[in-house]
Amino acid sequence: MPAEALKCKECDERYPLDARFVCDRCFGPLEVLYDLSGLDPAETRRRIQAGPPSIWRYADFLPFERSPRTALAAGVTPLVRADRLAERLGVREVWVKNDAANPTHSFKDRVVTIALAKARELGYEVVACASTGNLANAVAAHAAAAGFESYVFIPADLEEQKVLATGVYGTHLVAVDGSYDDVNRLCTQLAGERESWAFVNVNLRPYYAEGSKTLGFEIAEQLGFQLPDRVVAPIASGSLFTRIARGFQEWLDVGLLDGELPAMNGAQADGCSPVAEAFEAGRDVCRPVRFPATIAKSLAIGDPADGPYAVELARRSGGRIDSVTDEEIRDGIRLLAETAGIFTETAGGVTTAVLRKLAERGELDPSERVVLTITGEGLKTLDAVRGTFEVHAVEPDVESFERALGAPAVA
Amino acid sequence: MSVTVKIPTQLRSVTGGDAEALVDDAATVGEVLDGLYDRYDGLRDRIAEDGDLRRFVNVYVAGEDIRFLDGLETPVEDGDEVTILPAVAGG
Repeated sequence: MPAEALKCKECDERYPLDARFVCDRCFGPLEVLYDLSGLDPAETRRRIQAGPPSIWRYADFLPFERSPRTALAAGVTPLVRADRLAERLGVREVWVKNDAANPTHSFKDRVVTIALAKARELGYEVVACASTGNLANAVAAHAAAAGFESYVFIPADLEEQKVLATGVYGTHLVAVDGSYDDVNRLCTQLAGERESWAFVNVNLRPYYAEGSKTLGFEIAEQLGFQLPDRVVAPIASGSLFTRIARGFQEWLDVGLLDGELPAMNGAQADGCSPVAEAFEAGRDVCRPVRFPATIAKSLAIGDPADGPYAVELARRSGGRIDSVTDEEIRDGIRLLAETAGIFTETAGGVTTAVLRKLAERGELDPSERVVLTITGEGLKTLDAVRGTFEVHAVEPDVESFERALGAPAVA
Repeated sequence: MSVTVKIPTQLRSVTGGDAEALVDDAATVGEVLDGLYDRYDGLRDRIAEDGDLRRFVNVYVAGEDIRFLDGLETPVEDGDEVTILPAVAGG
């Protein structure tokens, strides 16, 4: 474990590896600083390949002295080659990283695994989070499995499936009358006052964010320790988007990968697109959205903490950040389902719709290898596909069936 | 008239541990903060830069983000609560 300190992303001030997330000097965000200089690439690669089938195979790049035991194994989700989708889009190779195949059906199992392992190490008995839904599921489940008491804060208007799939684990579920940003403000205040609580995405956020790097590691490992040309991923706070690239960068630095960062394309919904707007306007400061209005509730963060870094990454890597309408999101869900057999939630619809948009605008080179990052499961946002297809109602007899769907052609 | 300012834990090392401060005779958020800067040495550098708030500092008046109001020019009234919070949480 070559983690050395927490470091401020703004002013480089260093802090010990404890529960803190803000630089005392400038209020900037903190991240884990590693010394990777001692890692031999061949030896590291062997260790990874001999590791467990979970994110702990990347322990050399995670902030623990030794890999903790965790009850629910996150990670090592399928990377599926989607030739029918590629054909539809007119590019050589599209791979779908299906992170719905995690214990609670979203990428949040990765970040919660890391945050709860750190909470245990630091001696916490209560964990909490501010969530748009997927994180709520993951915190409640992992806390139950590991024996933490948990408090999960969500906006009151969340999809019913996500509420039910949280409460079932026996958490203290708190529905806040307000937007996600209101929930987040409340949790930031509470984190200051309840020092015995570990808020996974507030006071443990620097560790939590490390979990998202493993998505980048896996994509590269599953491609045979190679980088794709482009990655399309959703942006809510911008944490996942920036950490996927940080994972690639760490492996480039160590010599596990050759080449350069893929073009990083971010995906937002029109009804809440502060990062896409900042990118379009050439700013790095994201003007917050007061009243997010989109069916992609898991991406409805009006005041994204990592927004400026997401904009900077998209620019630096030759990518972009785009947004799509609710109608395009529904079409995106259908496109992925019909061509790859993968049913994703609204956030995955956003990501697929942005990939389609890039293809239609001619911004994809036909020889590209693209990875589409699918972060959550379609069963969590069922309402999004209601009414997008026809159900044929028939009587239980052949005539009725043939009236509805046609008789066989006469030979 | 006076306004109550809620001070986050990260700033309490410069406020001598104060979690709350009363500021009198301020008509805007900017004037409230100026009142605090006069009282607490070192506070200005922590949260402000070139006359504006640093980019990871959020300020709320009665629960509303001042970026949706008039920023530092947002008027305050007697009894208002101003909250300073770090902006790097969530997601």
